[in-house]
Amino acid sequence: MNLLSVSNLHVNFHTKEQELAALIDVSFTLNRGERIAIVGESGAGKSVLGFSIVNLIGKPGYIDSGSIKLENKEITKMNLRQLQEVRGKRIAMIFQDPMMTLNPVLTIGDQLVETIRSHTKINYKDARNIAIEKLHHVQIASPEKRFDQYPHELSGGMRQRVIIASVLLLNPDIIIADEPTTALDVTIQAEILQLLLTICRDNGVALVLISHDLGVVSKVAERTIVMYAGHVVEEGPTLEIINDPQHPYTQGLLNALPQMTLPGQRLNQIQGSMPSLAERPSGCAFHPRCPYATQKCRQEQPRFIFSGVSSVACFLVEDMLNEFADKDQEAS
Amino acid sequence: MLIFLLRRMIQACFVMIIISVISFAIQDKLGDPVQQMVGMSVSLEERNQIRDELGLNDGFFVQYWHFAKGVIHGDLGTSYYYKEPALDVILKKLPATLELAFCAILIVILVATPCGVLAAIKPKHALSRLLMIISSIGLSVPIFIVAILMVYIFSIELNMAPSFGRGQTIEIFGLWESGLFTKDGLKHLILPSLSLAIALMPIFVRLIRAEMMEVLQSEYIRFAWSKGLSARRIYFIHALKNTMLPVITVGGIQAGTLVAYTILTETIFQWPGMGFLFMDAVSRVDTPLVSAYLIVVGGIFVITNTVVDLIYGLVNPTVRLASHGL
Repeated sequence: MNLLSVSNLHVNFHTKEQELAALIDVSFTLNRGERIAIVGESGAGKSVLGFSIVNLIGKPGYIDSGSIKLENKEITKMNLRQLQEVRGKRIAMIFQDPMMTLNPVLTIGDQLVETIRSHTKINYKDARNIAIEKLHHVQIASPEKRFDQYPHELSGGMRQRVIIASVLLLNPDIIIADEPTTALDVTIQAEILQLLLTICRDNGVALVLISHDLGVVSKVAERTIVMYAGHVVEEGPTLEIINDPQHPYTQGLLNALPQMTLPGQRLNQIQGSMPSLAERPSGCAFHPRCPYATQKCRQEQPRFIFSGVSSVACFLVEDMLNEFADKDQEAS
Repeated sequence: MLIFLLRRMIQACFVMIIISVISFAIQDKLGDPVQQMVGMSVSLEERNQIRDELGLNDGFFVQYWHFAKGVIHGDLGTSYYYKEPALDVILKKLPATLELAFCAILIVILVATPCGVLAAIKPKHALSRLLMIISSIGLSVPIFIVAILMVYIFSIELNMAPSFGRGQTIEIFGLWESGLFTKDGLKHLILPSLSLAIALMPIFVRLIRAEMMEVLQSEYIRFAWSKGLSARRIYFIHALKNTMLPVITVGGIQAGTLVAYTILTETIFQWPGMGFLFMDAVSRVDTPLVSAYLIVVGGIFVITNTVVDLIYGLVNPTVRLASHGL
């Protein structure tokens, strides 16, 4: 059984005028100990997807339909109490900006111990020992001293380590990391990423890494999901997706990497920008920015099909596959 | 900590000097004290003689110099009416006012905090909406109307609580007359402290609500939810502590408003405190008493704000008074 299976998930945002769809028909699965990445530009719905997994989308967002199953338990149907048991204990989250994630008026120790004590019956001293052990685990020097300090006394990288420690406290099955390195400077980024990778690998924790940085993704994730305007547009093994991207959007993303351009040349970019929720184009949402768009792309929504390398939602790929299939038939 | 207090004291001295100049400057603008002191039959020459004796004919700076010299020695002048040192007259009335203010503040904290939190957590709840409506009415209706209405309803119609005076008081250590320890004294406290609290309440309910709503949107609250903490812990530990930071600051500033409101409340309820005394002093043109009152109130204000800053430092770890010597 899959550890986590999301199927046909629709998430809307409620506004006065209309219901805006933030996620449309999103499905994916996650196995125990597997590491997947969700990539896309800002506004693609990556973070919303991450938060929906623990049903923590900020108002006015809500899960409209679809299912999120943790083993055989349906998360979308859980009440707050049941959700509280899942959050932190089975599925833990790391947020983007470590400067904003820790409560400024509570000590590091308070914020670690409360997590343990709200899920398990354990006295303060034992909880403190666990917390200090985990701080040690994420390579924080003199954890006993840090335990009594406040967040503002720690650097950004250090705080992200504390957050990773706090996520590890209850040995969760899944860690959702929402751009865990974006707010950090480059040298620290690599360290934190390596730490996250090691921890997941050593403890068999499944990871959902949300990122817009394909470089980061290629180092960590085994499988990648590419999102555009609330849709999953491509999904497959990270290696395949990076070496042989099928969807024009994925190709564009890879082309935009600075490594793809010679020094001194203008960086490649995908023309245009991500549409807002209210102005989603008809047909394939990517068509206004797609160099290969046809009349069909403007009118119809492409299906999700397996291309032999990855699963893609694109007419271009579908047509090509059909052509091959026809030729095969002719040949036989 | 010591540096902080020392700096604060120097600041306080400057504030007090300015307050004393202002309060002294308005002295001779209030009216003629001699006219209030003597009968109709006293002749102009005799009146001038009294003025000379009181030093009222000297220039402003000479008068201020005499006054300031006295202030440094703890002498804020002698009340024309009571013929006693003005400071003594005021300090005798201080306990009544402090007890009234203390009870009002207690009521504000105990009622405004849960109301503000409720209104922030469940903004669409009928009770929250009602609270918001009541608090806007409370903001716009003057305190004396509220007080008079309360006297009418609870005192005259329902006969539940007395409407004037302090009732029975007992002396503590021979220097503090308290109404907090007798049933009668407490009964007399109900209406005045309630009216005073109602005057201050709306702004705190609204402030706590607005701050709390903002805090609840922050990332660390979302992170707290993602850790699976209980709603109670998130609201009352994570959110409330952050909400209270600006509320504490505003609370210190509101101390000034509180003083202004005690004057009104004490006058309506015939509460024998400093505010009541002040109103009498003004109508009697008892100028030394008026300026002494202003100086004492200024002192209370400075002390309150220092205490508020100390509390702020305790609640907010990013402000470390000792290490920064602020």
